[in-house]
Amino acid sequence: MNIVVCVKHVPDATGDRTFSDADMTVDRAGVDGLLSELDEYAVEEALTIAQASGGEVTVLTVGPEQAANAVRKSLQMGADKGAHVLDDAIHGSDAAATSLLLAKAVQKIGVPDLVVCGMASTDGAMGLVPAMLAERLGLPQVTYVVDVEVDGKTVRARRDSDLAAETVEATAPLVLSVTDMCNEPRYPSFKGIMAAKKKPVETWSLADLDVSPDEVGLAAAWTKVDSFTARPPRTAGTIVTDEDDGAVKLVEFLAGQKFV
Amino acid sequence: MAEILVLVDHADGAVRKTTTELLTIARRLGEPSAVFVGSGVEAAKDALARYGAEKIYLLDAPELTDFLVAPQAEALAQLVEQKSPAVVLIPSNPEGKEIAGRLSVKISSGVLTDVVDVQPGEDGPVTTQSVFAGGYTVQARVSRGTPIITVKPNSAAPEPADGAAEVEVVPVSISDAAKTARVVDRQPRQQSGRPELTEAAIVVSGGRGTGGDFASVEAFADSLGAAVGASRAAVDSGWYPHTYQIGQTGKTVSPQLYIAAGISGAIQHRAGMQTSKTIVAVNKDAEAPIFELVDFGVVGDLHAILNAATDEVVKRKA
Repeated sequence: MNIVVCVKHVPDATGDRTFSDADMTVDRAGVDGLLSELDEYAVEEALTIAQASGGEVTVLTVGPEQAANAVRKSLQMGADKGAHVLDDAIHGSDAAATSLLLAKAVQKIGVPDLVVCGMASTDGAMGLVPAMLAERLGLPQVTYVVDVEVDGKTVRARRDSDLAAETVEATAPLVLSVTDMCNEPRYPSFKGIMAAKKKPVETWSLADLDVSPDEVGLAAAWTKVDSFTARPPRTAGTIVTDEDDGAVKLVEFLAGQKFV
Repeated sequence: MAEILVLVDHADGAVRKTTTELLTIARRLGEPSAVFVGSGVEAAKDALARYGAEKIYLLDAPELTDFLVAPQAEALAQLVEQKSPAVVLIPSNPEGKEIAGRLSVKISSGVLTDVVDVQPGEDGPVTTQSVFAGGYTVQARVSRGTPIITVKPNSAAPEPADGAAEVEVVPVSISDAAKTARVVDRQPRQQSGRPELTEAAIVVSGGRGTGGDFASVEAFADSLGAAVGASRAAVDSGWYPHTYQIGQTGKTVSPQLYIAAGISGAIQHRAGMQTSKTIVAVNKDAEAPIFELVDFGVVGDLHAILNAATDEVVKRKA
């Protein structure tokens, strides 16, 4: 199966993530970034399926210059080639515009058997893009999966919803999104790191994708952020060390708050 | 008055609490109409009337539930076309968000997900979201089309109000293209008898520090009438099912009281619980980052402390 994996370069969650004061978009310049952890599972699943079924894995990203790092990491893990949609006009794009760019890029690559995504990004975390991408490509979606089996063109996946464990079946081509329960992402090997340097990465502008600048970016967004506020730090709480009285003190605290 | 569509979250007609919250929010914005997909509308009717649904649009075709989300998005798009509502409110669970995403593209309208508050505003509803692991709150609105908003559980206190709940059957036509990801098996989850995790007022969670024994966590939860959750470390170790995982890649909870037992409090976990009103931790490591978040913390052996606390709660309640 030929596979396109969509990945995102995100601000490191262990650093200080914030917004840009100028336009209230996520600050991507002033912070360290990396391949979204949840996309590592997508890359791993794509590599596993491609290795078992024979096929090529193309890694695709939309984002600023630094997003090339997310492509490189995926190539180091084992993807065959990369594509990076890069254009100043993209800054501030929302999920609608991002899914449009991904759809156009997938079409330019050539619609594969599978488009694999992580379940959500670790920055915006809305989890909308896989469904929107499927809608734009007119493909079925099999999302939030915890386990996948591929048999010829048939994809069979298990997913956990609140009320039931479901098994879903669909025929490729389709959009698949995977959770962190799906696999254990590999680390790039030394050989993988060296090999990645020779792998082809295409960089595409809006013009290359036949997308007009007024279809993307902050001005074209279908949603608008009015303001953002840092959550006030929590006031320091009471910490006690248990000396056979910890439980009683705990319950007294709960009773004081009317929880007991 | 502006019509507000509310997609009903239910299990065979048993309306979930999130729906009564959505109906309450809808009444701030206009006149709520419930959108009911699947079977069991008779059972649901009373509950929907009690929270102010003036109408119930019944979309009942087998393909709506036999396939993943695409048919529901298609049916909703047809309904929006017919009724021109002012806003569409959808529960913010994975399925709800995906329906919202597909609907958004179909009707070229903006979508906001994981919203924790919605208030009327001059240019349409203003939403509040909690982002970056609860580090920021963001006020946003939809600037194009019919606002589609997915709302998280516990975002409003359900307020009863009388509604006519007049049922209108809406015929829908589902394209073949939408009938492609078939649900071939559905195993209802075993009911624990405890409150639903995302809806519970109190959550007691266990992590690596439990060593795999959740008995004391569960007993303490039961004494408080709480739901039980687990950290990713506990789920990865196979100690507790994935559906109870709290954190970035699991459920996000925002209860009145969150009790973390044997959970260190990594950013991935904090993302799922940081907006809880009161936070309590029990951990043997006094340096665990979870203690930076707590209103009350106990350093010590969690099994001993939770077992004794369970006895104490039971004694006080007796």
